[in-house]
Amino acid sequence: MPKLGRVTGSISCPDVDADFLALPLTALADAALAAATAAGAEHADFRFERIRGADIMVRDHALQRSSEAVTSGYAVRVIAGGSWGFAASDEPTADAAARTARQAVAVARAVAALGGERVERADEPVHAGARWCSDYRIDPFAVPVADRIGLLLDRSERLLAGDGVDHTAIGVELVKEQKFYADTAGSTIWQQRVRMQPEFTAITVDTAAGSFEDMTSLAPPVGRGWEYLTDGTWDFDGELARMPGQLAEKLKAPSIEPGRYDLVIDPTNLWLTIHESIGHATEYDRAIGYEAAYAGTSFATPDGLGTLKYGSPVMHVTGDRTVPHGLATVGYDDDGVAAQRWDLVSGGILTGYQLDRVFAHRLGLERSNGCAFADSPSNVPIQRMANVSLQPDPAGGTLDDLVADVEDGIYVVGDKSWSIDMQRYNFQFTGQRFHRIRNGRIEGQVRDVAYQATTTDFWGAMDAVGNPSTYLLGGAFNCGKGQPGQTAAVSHGCPVARFRGISVLNTVREAGA
Amino acid sequence: MSHISTPQQLVEAALAAAATEPGECIVVVQPSSQANLRWANNTATTNGMSTALDWWVVAVVDGAVGTVAAARDAAGASDSVTEVVVATHRAARDAAGSGRARDEQPLIRPEDAAGAQDFDLPPEHTSFDAFTGLLPTLRQAFDTARRADRILYGFARHEQHTVYLGTSTGVRVRWVQPTGTVELNAKSADLTRSSWAGVSAPEMTGIDIAAMAVDLDRRLEWARRTVDLPAGRYDTALPPTAVADFLILLAWGAGARAAHEGRSAFSAQGGATRLGERLTGLPLTLAADPADPTHPTAPFLTATASSDDVSVFDNGAPIGRLEFLRDGVLSGLIRSRADAAEFGGAASPFAGNLALTGGQDGRDVLDLVAGMDRGLLVTSQWYLREVDPQTMLTTGVTRDGVFLVEGGEVVGATPNYRFNMSPLDVLRQAEAVGATVPTLSREWSDWFTRTAMPPMLVRDFNMSSVSQAQ
Repeated sequence: MPKLGRVTGSISCPDVDADFLALPLTALADAALAAATAAGAEHADFRFERIRGADIMVRDHALQRSSEAVTSGYAVRVIAGGSWGFAASDEPTADAAARTARQAVAVARAVAALGGERVERADEPVHAGARWCSDYRIDPFAVPVADRIGLLLDRSERLLAGDGVDHTAIGVELVKEQKFYADTAGSTIWQQRVRMQPEFTAITVDTAAGSFEDMTSLAPPVGRGWEYLTDGTWDFDGELARMPGQLAEKLKAPSIEPGRYDLVIDPTNLWLTIHESIGHATEYDRAIGYEAAYAGTSFATPDGLGTLKYGSPVMHVTGDRTVPHGLATVGYDDDGVAAQRWDLVSGGILTGYQLDRVFAHRLGLERSNGCAFADSPSNVPIQRMANVSLQPDPAGGTLDDLVADVEDGIYVVGDKSWSIDMQRYNFQFTGQRFHRIRNGRIEGQVRDVAYQATTTDFWGAMDAVGNPSTYLLGGAFNCGKGQPGQTAAVSHGCPVARFRGISVLNTVREAGA
Repeated sequence: MSHISTPQQLVEAALAAAATEPGECIVVVQPSSQANLRWANNTATTNGMSTALDWWVVAVVDGAVGTVAAARDAAGASDSVTEVVVATHRAARDAAGSGRARDEQPLIRPEDAAGAQDFDLPPEHTSFDAFTGLLPTLRQAFDTARRADRILYGFARHEQHTVYLGTSTGVRVRWVQPTGTVELNAKSADLTRSSWAGVSAPEMTGIDIAAMAVDLDRRLEWARRTVDLPAGRYDTALPPTAVADFLILLAWGAGARAAHEGRSAFSAQGGATRLGERLTGLPLTLAADPADPTHPTAPFLTATASSDDVSVFDNGAPIGRLEFLRDGVLSGLIRSRADAAEFGGAASPFAGNLALTGGQDGRDVLDLVAGMDRGLLVTSQWYLREVDPQTMLTTGVTRDGVFLVEGGEVVGATPNYRFNMSPLDVLRQAEAVGATVPTLSREWSDWFTRTAMPPMLVRDFNMSSVSQAQ
């Protein structure tokens, strides 16, 4: 089994880059906020962002692409006439900032004429001169491009040297996100985050049969620097060495007989099920219809807060914007709210929601838990997902302990395909590898597996969660929500967990008419 | 340091800076603006507008490529532009250390470039004023909905992107791409009945949300009677939006390189591709064509970087009509010039639109329903994801209205279903196809808004399980 990721060595938190701190952002903010106030805004906030990204991909023996991009600009958001207004620009002058602010007020006034609910927000203490930076050691953009390419080419060559590996896709996506926030209440906040997403995929082709199979690394995307690829936090060398053999076994594995099985789900797979069936379902904006036409609603409506039986008593889920290396970890959200950690599901009962300041007020809470986020200076902040994580059981078992109590089941490893309905009830997931469990022991792989369930049935069928040694922070770069569409990176931690009697499909039979 | 104030000046300044560096260069400048209007619970929610200037430089040194995309704050003066160009060439030199690019080709020359719009024209813009005509119809729709115990949700956007592309080989091309969509979701006050409609509308003029809401009310009335129908394989009528959901996926998966390398659903035994294989018994043609008068798109290619299906060396290359399917037979795959050189055939990049034709003129989805003995009518789909790349098996869910059809009549609303179907099986199991009309794929409307599709009757559509979602 793969070694799970663990923090090694000491973590040093760097400061926000000096060149970002040196930008005349308070002057731009002053111009914008003053213009908004003069135009009649009841509230205004200003957000400047500089996002640096790099994308490197090696296919087989050759570099396919190496590109870098910088996005820079600012947004002014106002409440005027009881409605939101928003405008964004990338022209960094005081005149343009003031003009943009007036445009935002004009938008608010135009939509206020439509009638409907007034925007009201929960209070938040003023955070003046605040500064926050995520935990990482090596700024990936300080690493020479040639070194970045060289590391990926080396890993591609090593994977290609494995028996049966015909093609590879070895890549990494790097992001440094810098934000400045100011509002008419007096908050001024500078922040900087770094994250990366590696992708190592091996492909085998059976030319005679006209078939193929692939396998992708289980390494999660993380809020870390370049050190993640080299310092042993994740055992990349060991995984690369194992993948060809695992891929060869997968290609020859017997096809699963559909039916109900006990599943032991590895954190490398379970994080995505948490994301879809808990993370999105506990977003308050969805629960009250704000995403009804697009991302969808939620079965977990506010009338069930404190009473809805979400899962079994061993289910304890937190929302968290503070966990080190979390992809949704920040110092402050895009409402200027300080990051927090709170309960979403306690003992299997729905006990909380993810909120921004508008939705906290609507839920009757005095303070938001800090889930406002915009993915770029061009987009308006909406309620986005915190790091939503299933907590381990301090007295829980190891993987072997959980497997030992399964007579006839499947061990699910790694994520692949996913889909869930618009109210977060019915879902279907596949994975990278599926191992049969018989009489309490993990055996060889089977293939063509998908598991399908209704959210509350699934979490109600969870009878054991692993101990903290089985815990892993997984996640994704590409969570989509909102219109215009926005993407957000988010982490989900979980231990290994066991589920009784889950419906398993055979994907080949599903395809046959 | 000289001041730069137009996209054309930025292209020329970057190319001038690149002329002092070894190798060749591509510069793309894209001013854009967008306005959006969103509503939920009969109330406007998050709305706004934005403007941006995206630009990127591609340098080719010793057959290797570096790309740097920069922001507006680096676009205003020749010194900062030069810094970006120098960084790009440094990146290309770094890449050259690992060898020449696999997709290396000579840059496009002016005589080979597409005929495009006048390069010297200024960019087009939009603003929140694009909704001047739309807002009164939305207010009318809200008023009607409040009186009728209906709740409206939806979104409208309008965007203008103007692309300027120049190369060190002398290419200068420009294209203006307007994009607009309007989506409306109507629900009963108790949230048990729901319906959706979406349109692709490059211009907002003439869009009447109140009129769209009237059409949705008809489906909400159909849903007053419910039928408890289990999962299973059903003959199923798909509206054009659902057909678009499937066929966009098919087109995205139709890369020539993957097919030739044996790692796609279009690969065949013995290292061949499935080109020439009949995929449907019906005479259907699936094509992307920049000259499509309904959904015109750029007649030349722009790319920041190479991928499996696109080569950065092809920036400025003409995009022609690509027929994936001709009269039911697989006839085309997405192919860069490098793919064409390696695997044979002509280069065939993918335009930003897609149309399926060959159905029966004058027949809409209700005409197909009228010919059904017993089956389902789907009105929209959601969360389509590939399950098995070998077969393109795709899962997803029905959404906002599924109806049981008996004797050619809608008899009531069924639950929603999770389905497992491949786009290839949708084509293979197509029994009847109606008239092609412009439509908006609900699933892919964030990225792909220009489609024309017919309704389709599909035999034995696999509704794998019941969803409780309403």
